Amino acid sequence: MSTSIAARPRPAAARTGPIAWARANLFNTWWSTALTLALGYLILRGAWAFLDWGVIHAIWQVPQGPKGPNTDICRAAAGTGACWAVIGEKYRFILFGFYPYAQQWRPAIVIALFIALYCISANRRFWRKELALIWIAAMVLIGILMWGGVFGLTLVTESQWGGLPITLILATFALALAFPLAVLVALGRRSTRLPAVKLLCVMYVELIRGVPLITLLFMASVMFPLFMPNGFDVDKLLRAQVAITLFAGAYLAEVVRAGLQSLPKGQAEAADALGLSYWKKTLLVVLPQALRLVIPPLVNTFIGFFKDTSLVLIIGIFDLLKSGITAVAEPAWQGFGNEVYIVLALIYFAFCFAMSRYSRGLERELDRARRR
Amino acid sequence: MSDTQPAILLDKVNKWYGAMHVLRDVSLSVGQKERVVVCGPSGSGKSTMIRCINRLEVHQEGRIVVDGTELTDDLRALDTIRREVGMVFQSFNLFPHLTILENCTLAPIWVRKMPKAEAEALAMEYLARVKIPEQAKKYPGQLSGGQQQRVAIARALCMKPKIMLFDEPTSALDPEMIKEVLDTMIGLAETGMTMVCVTHEMGFARQVADRVIFMDRGEVVEQGPPTQMFESPQTDRLKLFLGQILRGH
Repeated sequence: MSTSIAARPRPAAARTGPIAWARANLFNTWWSTALTLALGYLILRGAWAFLDWGVIHAIWQVPQGPKGPNTDICRAAAGTGACWAVIGEKYRFILFGFYPYAQQWRPAIVIALFIALYCISANRRFWRKELALIWIAAMVLIGILMWGGVFGLTLVTESQWGGLPITLILATFALALAFPLAVLVALGRRSTRLPAVKLLCVMYVELIRGVPLITLLFMASVMFPLFMPNGFDVDKLLRAQVAITLFAGAYLAEVVRAGLQSLPKGQAEAADALGLSYWKKTLLVVLPQALRLVIPPLVNTFIGFFKDTSLVLIIGIFDLLKSGITAVAEPAWQGFGNEVYIVLALIYFAFCFAMSRYSRGLERELDRARRR
Repeated sequence: MSDTQPAILLDKVNKWYGAMHVLRDVSLSVGQKERVVVCGPSGSGKSTMIRCINRLEVHQEGRIVVDGTELTDDLRALDTIRREVGMVFQSFNLFPHLTILENCTLAPIWVRKMPKAEAEALAMEYLARVKIPEQAKKYPGQLSGGQQQRVAIARALCMKPKIMLFDEPTSALDPEMIKEVLDTMIGLAETGMTMVCVTHEMGFARQVADRVIFMDRGEVVEQGPPTQMFESPQTDRLKLFLGQILRGH
C-alpha cells in the first residue's frame, strides 16, 4: 500500500552573492552587526595609519653626501613617514652579512639553489631515488659556492658568512637531518624487543626536550670547546647546526610517534600475518600511513624551527635577523629598525606561508588519492 | 612431509594476560585439508588461540607446531610459518594507502620476491575468484565491508598459503554482506584448503566444517562433527551457548 516518494533535486540555496553572505555572517543579529562595525572601524583605522606611514609620507631615497648617504630628511620625517631608503641602501648587507661585497653573487646563487631545491622536492612527481642525488649535488655545489677556494673562487671562511644563506643552511640541514633521526628515535621508543634502544631514545627525547634551545646553543658554543682537546676545533656554525638538528630531532620524534600511536594495531598485525619483516612492515605499511596522519603537526614543527634558527644570533652567528639588526647599527641609519624588521618579517613570512600552503595542498592531494 | 602429519598441532598450550589465564591446556590437532570451526562465547579464548597459531600472540607454555615447524623465538621459524599461514581478520585490516591490487601484490613482491607483473597476474586471478576483479584500481575506503573482506581473503591467498585462519570474518559486516563472504569461504573450502575459522555462523559450520571446537573460559570444552555438536551437545556449557545463540537468531 505504500507509495514511494520520487526523488527531487535539492532546492537551490535561497540567495547567494556577497551581499547575502555578509547579511548571513556579518549582520545576522544586532550583536554581530555592532561587532562588525566596531572591528571594521579599527581595521580601517589601522590600515589607513599604515598606508599613511608606509606609502604616503614614506621616503624612498636619500641623497648621497660626501660621507655616505645623508639621512637627515628621514630623521625629519621620523614618526610620520617610513624611511624605505634604508632597505635600498642596506639590502645586500641584510641578505648576505659580512660576505665580501664583490663575491656576493655566490650566496645569491646559493639562495636561488635552495629555493629551486625546495620546489623540486615539493613536487610529488620527483619523489624517487634520483632526488637524493639531486640533494647531494646541490649540497656540494652550495658548499663550493659558499667556501670557494677551488675553481678560482676566493676562499671565504664561515666567520664571514651571513644573512639569508645562513638561515637557509641552518634550517634546511637541521630539518633534513633531524627528520630521519626523528623517525628512527620514534620507532626505537616504541620498540618492545630492544629495551636498551628504547631507553636510549627516551633519554634522548627527554634530555633534549627538557632544556631550552638557547641553553643548547650556549653549550654548543661555549662549553663544547672546553671538553675538547687543545687544537681540536669545530666551527661555531657547525656546532650550532648540530645543536639545532638534535633539538629539532627530539621534537619531530614525538610528532612521528604520535602518528605511529594513532595507527590501528590491525595494520601492523596484517603486515605481520603476511610475513613482512620488521623493516618492510615499517617502510611499506606503517610509516606511509603514520606520516600522512601527522603532516599538520610536522609542518607546524618545521615552521617553528625555521624561525627558531634566528636564536643563533645570541652566539654571534650572523643569520638573517642578526644581519638586519647589524645593518641599522651604523650611526647614519640608527633608529630605522622598524623598516628593516618589516622586511625581515616579510621574508620569514614568505617561507613559512609557502610551507603552510604546501602542506595543505599535500594533504588534499593525498586525500584525493585515497578518496575516503 | 607426510600427509599423516597434522597441519597444526597445539599441545597443552597455556597463555596469560598478566594474571589472567586465557588459554588453559589447549590441545588441538588439525589434519591436512581439514576444516575446523571454533566457536564459543566472547572471552572464551578462541581468537587468542587462533592468533597464537601465527604468533600474533605469544603463548607461555606448551608447544605449537605448524606444518612441521615449531613456533619458538626463532625468527626464521616464524618467517617460514607466516609464509605458509594466511589470516583474515574481523576488521579486514586492508592497507588504506594502497590500491586493492597493491594490497594483494605487496607480500608476494616483498616476501616471495615475485616479479611485479607475475604478482599482478596472480592477484587478478584471485580477485576474479573472489568476484571483484573490476575493483582492482580502487582504494579500500571506496569498497563496501563485504567487498573489503573478500579482498582480504584474496590478499591472503596471493601468498599461496597452505593453511588459512579466519578470525570472526563476518562479525563486522552488515547482515546483507555476510553471505557474499561466506560464499567465498565455502568456495575456498571446496578447493581443499586447510582452514581454521572462528565464527558464530552455524549454517556455515554445518555446511563446511569437518569438526567443530567449542571453547569456553580458555579451554576446549567439547569437539566433534557439526551435526553431533549442534544436535546432541554433551556438556551443559555447550547446551547453554547453543541456546543463547539460537535465541539470538
